[in-house]
Amino acid sequence: MDYLLTEEQIMIRDLVRKIAKDKIIPKRLEWDETGEFPWEALKALAEADLCGLYIPEEYGGMGANILGYSIAGEEVSRACGGVGVSYMASGLGSTPIILFGSEEQKKKYLPAIAAGKKLAAFGLTEANAGSDAAGIETTAKKEGDYYILNGTKQWITNGGEAETYTVIAISDKSKGPRGASAFILEKGTPGFTFGKKENKMGIRCSATRELVFQDCKIHKSQLLGKEGMGFIVAMKTLDMTRPGIGAQAVGIAQGALDEALKYSRQRVQFGRPIGSFQAIQHMLADMATLIEAARALVYSTARMIDAGCKDFTLPASEAKLFASDVAMKVTTDAVQILGGYGYMKEYPVEKMMRDAKITQIYEGTNQIQRNQIALALIKESASKK
Amino acid sequence: MDIIVCIKQVPDTTEVKINPETNTLVREGVPSIVNPFDENAVESALQLKEKYGGKVTVITMGPPQAAEALRTTIAMGADEVYLVSDRAFAGSDTWATSYTLSQAIKKIGRFDLILCGKQAIDGDTAQVGPGIAEWLDIPQVTFAVKIDAEESKLKVERLLEEVNEVVECPLPAVVTVVKQINSPRLPSLKGMMRAKKAEIKNLSAQDIGADLENTGLKGSPTSVVKIFTPPPKGGGEILAGEAAEIIVKLTDKLKERKII
Repeated sequence: MDYLLTEEQIMIRDLVRKIAKDKIIPKRLEWDETGEFPWEALKALAEADLCGLYIPEEYGGMGANILGYSIAGEEVSRACGGVGVSYMASGLGSTPIILFGSEEQKKKYLPAIAAGKKLAAFGLTEANAGSDAAGIETTAKKEGDYYILNGTKQWITNGGEAETYTVIAISDKSKGPRGASAFILEKGTPGFTFGKKENKMGIRCSATRELVFQDCKIHKSQLLGKEGMGFIVAMKTLDMTRPGIGAQAVGIAQGALDEALKYSRQRVQFGRPIGSFQAIQHMLADMATLIEAARALVYSTARMIDAGCKDFTLPASEAKLFASDVAMKVTTDAVQILGGYGYMKEYPVEKMMRDAKITQIYEGTNQIQRNQIALALIKESASKK
Repeated sequence: MDIIVCIKQVPDTTEVKINPETNTLVREGVPSIVNPFDENAVESALQLKEKYGGKVTVITMGPPQAAEALRTTIAMGADEVYLVSDRAFAGSDTWATSYTLSQAIKKIGRFDLILCGKQAIDGDTAQVGPGIAEWLDIPQVTFAVKIDAEESKLKVERLLEEVNEVVECPLPAVVTVVKQINSPRLPSLKGMMRAKKAEIKNLSAQDIGADLENTGLKGSPTSVVKIFTPPPKGGGEILAGEAAEIIVKLTDKLKERKII
């Protein structure tokens, strides 16, 4: 398949494949087992200039836009979903700064993230605010030139490992959704600590932790955008990064298909490789077709964003929804093709199946995506009358 | 510290095929890579530059397609590269190659250190590095596993068969490195993009003022008469029985073969 990639995009893909082969694949089962954060892999990606792909060149990045970044995320996730999400979550945490940061904030935070010296993280979810993001309870009370933050963010990817955090908190409860604001926080700020590290089903080497704020005092210069823009910051950011979840899902699915293909050529039953049986062949054909369809949706959405199209909420949701459902189906089928071996930890497909599941849940569950898609369709249809 | 690294483009295989008629390497259909030991030399140069400052220049002698090997080193971080290429260099043995490279180095000018891999994986001679040192009349240290610079001298640990040896030598010098010295870095995206765009400067026989009596086939005193795969060694023999019996059997056999 020719994806009509530029020379730079092909370089990105080949470079990540090389790093995946040398630094990620040999360690992924160990990291999955121990839950050790994959600093080694992230360091290799940083040294290869891959941590700042999406960051504009004037802030030390490569300015490779969303497609280049999605290709990198796909290839990392093809090797390991846990490393993939750790790599991509730094993009999620720094996108608000790229989109809404002042020149001063961009200069202060982006170069270190682009160089891979620091990771970023995004703090929106809370115990009572998941799909219903408007339910957040973390508060930011203004006192002179400062804001005082109190509350707890939950399930924050790269929590504890990242240095730079974008956090959404309620600065004026009386204004409802317009009362939320976004803030940039640095690890080590007094009153900002980390809660327990979660023990997860999949993407086990990635860090998922609570961010705890207890009378955490930050200067008003840490406010991102204007007061009251918190939800706009969050929604615009998630629109932008949603194709990235699609890319992770495509990568995980491709990794599973690679394993299933290899196995079906090697495994002999009834005197011949199982890949010669039509039952297996049809499964492989369906898996490949679904992956290509998902990839096409992810790439075309990324290309839309890169071309400067304004309204991409709908395709971004569709790409995330479809690719993550494909990842779940393909990884499950890969386990089926590998049979008993697929269920064992000696083969990587059971891990891929566990890793795939989260892509249907995070950055907006697939049910929420369907709501959004339907809503957008109905709105569009109604506006034509 | 200004460092010149000499590299060679080699076929990407340890199973080198020889054309039985011409006694030269079969290169067709085999992808080319930078000789792995030379990648270690490039890595050493980059590390020394990171520590002491200066510039890393990489040179190779070879056909025009050897430019690809130079691009690989730009992607790793080399500052400048030269392709030493001319029809007059074709068919060079290690004598002519080391002469040609030493002329190119003289032409490039300033350097504190020349680094080479200990040998190339295709020819396996390990002679070009030492040859360059002789042509330039500067000290040489081979099989380096650690290199430290102290003011105007080097402290080098050499990996020998039984022991490691630490030697000092003044600069400039030629040092050849073994693979244990480091693990070569992967290229970076910025490096790869720089490599893609980089113009590869060519140095011809005329550019380097080479005496054509010393270059190419004509300047090569070595002539390869025959290349063959040696027959495999026999399986050996294990003597069984009581110690006393074995000793008798063994001494008989050794006497039989007039070894004792």
